[in-house]
Amino acid sequence: MPLIDLANPTRFLTLSGRILPWLSAATLIAFAFGIAQVIGAPDDYQQGSTAKIMYIHVPSAWLSMFIWGTMSIAALGTLVWRHPLADVAAKAAAPIGAALTLQCLITGMLWGRPMWGTYWVWDGRLTSVLVLFLMYLGVLALWRTIEEPSRAARAVAVLTLVGALNLPIIKFSVDWWSTLHQPSSVLRLGGPAMHPSILVPLLVMGLAFFLLFFTLHLAAMRNEIMRRRVRTLMLMQADAAAGH
Amino acid sequence: MDLGPHAAFIIGAYAVAILIVAALIAWVLIDQRRQRQLLSDLEARGITRRSGRSPERPQ
Repeated sequence: MPLIDLANPTRFLTLSGRILPWLSAATLIAFAFGIAQVIGAPDDYQQGSTAKIMYIHVPSAWLSMFIWGTMSIAALGTLVWRHPLADVAAKAAAPIGAALTLQCLITGMLWGRPMWGTYWVWDGRLTSVLVLFLMYLGVLALWRTIEEPSRAARAVAVLTLVGALNLPIIKFSVDWWSTLHQPSSVLRLGGPAMHPSILVPLLVMGLAFFLLFFTLHLAAMRNEIMRRRVRTLMLMQADAAAGH
Repeated sequence: MDLGPHAAFIIGAYAVAILIVAALIAWVLIDQRRQRQLLSDLEARGITRRSGRSPERPQ
């Protein structure tokens, strides 16, 4: 099927309906495999068992940025190509991104307290991720503020593209400034700095969280398409009742 | 499995993650049920799209 066919919401519903059960199953299997790997993973020689928080903290950090990146591409789809599913994709992704960024912040605080002696410090990495979380909340608020979906989509798209400037700041904050947060250990020049016994469970959990996102995103997009159909039908009903 | 002296932080972090993931799954499922219900209510009242085709039911 050509990619352009997916621009049709009805075709998207049919195709996504076929994919979702398989994606859900793959997510469950990946989590089962990942959790088994985490249980069997050795403790860190410095941090002990506390390093197990990494297996949920790091994937949620990756996704918090990846989802904003996805929303930014969708924003271009809305503003440049006016793709009918672009703003549906952006709107469906935002709550998931907000929730996983919150997960990243809370698990990071719970990891930081025993390792750094504090839940929070205003360093570059933590502050830029907090800004990302606030931007997610801003996007969610903007969707609710403007009633007409296409007008809301354009306003949100602009805000999303402006917010994308924060992504390189988050990524390179640990290199640009002196931070309490450690530098990248996986996505860095020269390859991962971790032993495979810790790296493999982390990558499997990362895969599981990405599959979870794709599953939830697809399901949320389907809900959003249905919500717009309901809105259209209600407007038609109101129009008919008014005798137009 | 011995989680050492900081077990409360580890368990707390995993509990938060489970809670957030469960909330996301619940949000999607509840929203899906609500939208399907609204669509079928409208259909039952004879309100369909201008094209005359009834909205496709997601599986």
